[in-house]
Amino acid sequence: MGLDKNMRILVVDDFSTMRRIVKNILKQLGFTNVVDADDGSTAWEILNKDKIDFIISDWNMPKMSGIELLRKVRASEEFADIPFLMVTAEGQQENVIEAVQAGVSNYIVKPFTPETFEQKIKKIFEKK
Amino acid sequence: MDINYAKPFIEATINVLSTMAMINPKAQKPYIKKNNKALGDVSGVVGFTADGGKKGVMSVSFSKKCAVQIVKNLLGDDVQNILDDVQDAVGEITNMISGQARAKLAEMGITMKGATPTVIMGDNHTITHLTKDKIMAVPFTTDYGDFVVEFSMSE
Repeated sequence: MGLDKNMRILVVDDFSTMRRIVKNILKQLGFTNVVDADDGSTAWEILNKDKIDFIISDWNMPKMSGIELLRKVRASEEFADIPFLMVTAEGQQENVIEAVQAGVSNYIVKPFTPETFEQKIKKIFEKK
Repeated sequence: MDINYAKPFIEATINVLSTMAMINPKAQKPYIKKNNKALGDVSGVVGFTADGGKKGVMSVSFSKKCAVQIVKNLLGDDVQNILDDVQDAVGEITNMISGQARAKLAEMGITMKGATPTVIMGDNHTITHLTKDKIMAVPFTTDYGDFVVEFSMSE
C-alpha cells in the first residue's frame, strides 16, 4: 500500500498546539482528511464511530495515555492493523522499547522537523 | 548541585526552541539561586519523580514578548486566541524540554519520569519552588526577549 493522500488520519494529543502543528504539517504534505482527539479515550470513541486509516498519537495524556491506546488498538479485532505513529517527548530508550513491544509502527521524539515527520510516515507505508 | 546537570537542560531548551519555533536562544552562565522565586510573565512548571523518592522540578519562565513570538512561530497563521494559545504552547514547550532533558539525564545515569506541566500566567508573577534543594537557573537571551530555565533535584 502506498501513501494515500485521502486516508483518514486521527491525531491524538492533549495539547492543542501540538495537534495543530501536526495537522499543519500533514496539510503541507497533502493530507487534509484529519480528525483529532485530546486523549486516548476520546480517540477510542472516534475509532469506534469513524473509519480511521492511520493514528498519530502523543504518549503522555490524561485519562488514557498513548501507550494504553496503542495496546487497546492492537488487542482489538477491528483496529489491530491500523498504522500507529507515536509522537512523544519521551525520548528515553526504555520508552521506545516499550512502544515497539506494544506494536507501534514508528516513533518520533519531540522536537521534530516536518522532514523527519514525512520520512517516518513514508517508512510506515513502505513497510505495508 | 552538580553544575553538569545544567547541560541537559541547556541542550534540550536550545534544541526544542530552534527545531519547533525557529528561535535560537543563547544560554548565559548558569547560577545557583539565592532565593526560591522565578520571575516571568508566562511560566511552565513540571515535576520529575524517580524510584527511591528522588524528585525534581523544572520551570521555564518567559517574558510576554518572547512567549507570543514562540506561539506565532509554532502556529503561523493558525493563532486563534493568543492567551489560550500562549498557555497551551508554553505547556507543550515545557513538556518537550522536560522530555529531552530527562533523556539526556538518563544517559548520565539519572532516570526520572515527568509529570504533566502546568502553566502560570500573569505579568511579573513569581513562582515559589517548594523545595529545600538548591535551584539552578539558566538565563537565555533571544531576539524576542529573555527567558529563564530553572531546575532543582533532590540529591
